[in-house]
Amino acid sequence: MAHTPFAYNLAHLIGATVLMMGFGLLYQRRMTAVIRTYALQAMALALAAAWQAAIQDAPHLYATALIILLFKGMAVPAALQWLVRRLGIHRTVETALGIGPTLMAGVGLVALSIVLVMPMDIAATAITRESVALAMSVVLLGLLMMITRRNAVTQVVGFMSLENGLLLAAVGAHGMPLVVELSIAFSVLVAMALFGIFFFRIRERFDSLELSYLETSRGDSQ
Amino acid sequence: MTALSAILPGPLPLLLALPLLGAALLAVLPGWRLAAWLNVGFSAATFAAALWLALAPPPPGLFLFIDDFSAALILLTGLVGFSTALFSAAYINRDGKNHRLAPRHLRLYHAMYQAFMFTLLLALSANNIGILWVAVEGATLTTVLMVSLYRTKPAIEAAWKYFILCSVGIGLALFGTILVYLAAQTVMGDGSPAMAFSLMTPHAAAFQPELLNLAFVFLLVGYGTKAGLVPLHAWLPDAHAEGPTPISAVLSGLLLNVAFYVLLRYKRLLAGNPHTLEPGPLLVGLGVLSVLVAAFMLYRRGDIKRLFAYSSIEHMGLLAVAFGTGGALANFAGLLHMLMHSLVKSAIFFVVGLASQAAGSQRIADIRGLTTSAPLLGWSLVVGVLSIAGLPPLGVFTSEFLLLNALMHRTPWLGLTLLTLLLLAFAALVLRLQGLAFGPPSPLPGRDGTKPPRLFTRVIGISPIFLHMALAVAAGIILPAATASWLWAIAKQLG
Repeated sequence: MAHTPFAYNLAHLIGATVLMMGFGLLYQRRMTAVIRTYALQAMALALAAAWQAAIQDAPHLYATALIILLFKGMAVPAALQWLVRRLGIHRTVETALGIGPTLMAGVGLVALSIVLVMPMDIAATAITRESVALAMSVVLLGLLMMITRRNAVTQVVGFMSLENGLLLAAVGAHGMPLVVELSIAFSVLVAMALFGIFFFRIRERFDSLELSYLETSRGDSQ
Repeated sequence: MTALSAILPGPLPLLLALPLLGAALLAVLPGWRLAAWLNVGFSAATFAAALWLALAPPPPGLFLFIDDFSAALILLTGLVGFSTALFSAAYINRDGKNHRLAPRHLRLYHAMYQAFMFTLLLALSANNIGILWVAVEGATLTTVLMVSLYRTKPAIEAAWKYFILCSVGIGLALFGTILVYLAAQTVMGDGSPAMAFSLMTPHAAAFQPELLNLAFVFLLVGYGTKAGLVPLHAWLPDAHAEGPTPISAVLSGLLLNVAFYVLLRYKRLLAGNPHTLEPGPLLVGLGVLSVLVAAFMLYRRGDIKRLFAYSSIEHMGLLAVAFGTGGALANFAGLLHMLMHSLVKSAIFFVVGLASQAAGSQRIADIRGLTTSAPLLGWSLVVGVLSIAGLPPLGVFTSEFLLLNALMHRTPWLGLTLLTLLLLAFAALVLRLQGLAFGPPSPLPGRDGTKPPRLFTRVIGISPIFLHMALAVAAGIILPAATASWLWAIAKQLG
């Protein structure tokens, strides 16, 4: 399929769906709903990868789409739901920052991406500016979620949604080599995270951005 | 050499294949005593391959390439990797003997040690920015597994924190990597050439400057997390303190260097484009902040490994200032400092490991008067700490002096600020050293009851310390002309 306006418009529509799911993650108050929203985001991402495979005529992206659909869209959410039940993790999401302010901050981050990316003059053969702006917004929203949510599972969901933004950028980058390998390398990280939560019963998140943490470093009092 | 090259595939494939083979073999081998020695053997062979590589660098390829800068760091990685393996054989065997570590944990440890060496060497020889990223990610994963090795609550927490923070870091670095590809792709077309440093650099002037700027910010935050620059350093002290000591030595001595190396590669790419932002001031800013925070943090440490972890942050800050300032002299000082810090800091961790094993505690309050209770360790620690604090005529003094010299010429106020902070850090280290090395000795319960280790094991444990300190002292007093001119050539290339 050629680079028609329709091809781009549909790509943007799918990209915007991924972004909307990113906002959805910030909005949810129940753990099961967070995980379900994440699954929807991953499925939208799989669709984006498949659509890019079609318009770029790049069959290896179908493999990426399939990996995303099966691993991130199905296996990981199922594993997370099982973890939440098994470890008796709080069913409601604990927030460090209220839902309202978080959403406002999210809107601010999307605006920031647009302001930074849209003035750029990127040639039409590459990914379009809009796609870069969309991907960067998803990455920043993922980061925001990691900062503003309190327990390990939501933190990992935030990380995985950040990763969805990265993959959205990678599949949109025209002719980028190693996309399949990179997505597999990232899946290993995610698998490690789930493994860690399960085996070490990690429920709390660790603050890195709070200065108070520096004072209370464990085992470090004189 | 011709007979050798007929049998062997060349230094670079050998360099990468050896640790990979080692990791595979040690992952399945059941006996941990043999595994510790095989670990030493593989590391020695890797070091030999690194030497061969430095003498006969292969032509650049699409995916891998070697220049003087990477060859120097590969040599350093090979050396420190080998001596740490030697130290580890003495150190970890004791953990195995007194059942602090189960045999399967020791197997994991040895396999991951070799896998970690592989990822470091791959990162240092990568030309393709995607492969580079995968290598750094691999280095994170392997070290996370080693930091959590003791399975205590603090160790698990340290590993988790390290894992999450560095995963976010390398996630952001991947976004930067994709943006660099986009910038290159519009000029150079699809495919692997647009991801190769050696091919991108000549075209860099034609890249979109705004896109490169955005990419560099992501790369700086991403790989800067790995390099432990303040305010992205939160993982570093915990990961150093809670893992086995040989791992603290390679984290400080090697991993931080590699993260820095990656940043410098990208800095050079940006330097090829006249319209991008100057990465220098950003690096200098983060560097001064790192030295500042670390210098004050040194005063309140109660844990000996955390103390030296903060000292590593301080020295990474110095590197950032040196390379951020740029110019041949500052770069030369930075390179020399990188080498000296790796050698001295890993030697200090070796001493600290043996001392805390003997004292049965990592608390500074429990380790007193080492020069009386264990003279060899005590005096090694004295020399090591004075060296890392920058006392003349030791190696770190030379590089710090050169750096301050370069700064005084260009930005005197920065030079003075840095000098003040260095004195502050110096005082903190000497203050701690006094209690650790002198005064009434504390008991060493780790040495009571159990019969003392055989002379052979003791020599194996001590020899890497002497090797590193000898190299560092020698570099401070007489830096061989050949080494100096080699470093000078690299410093000029770095711009």
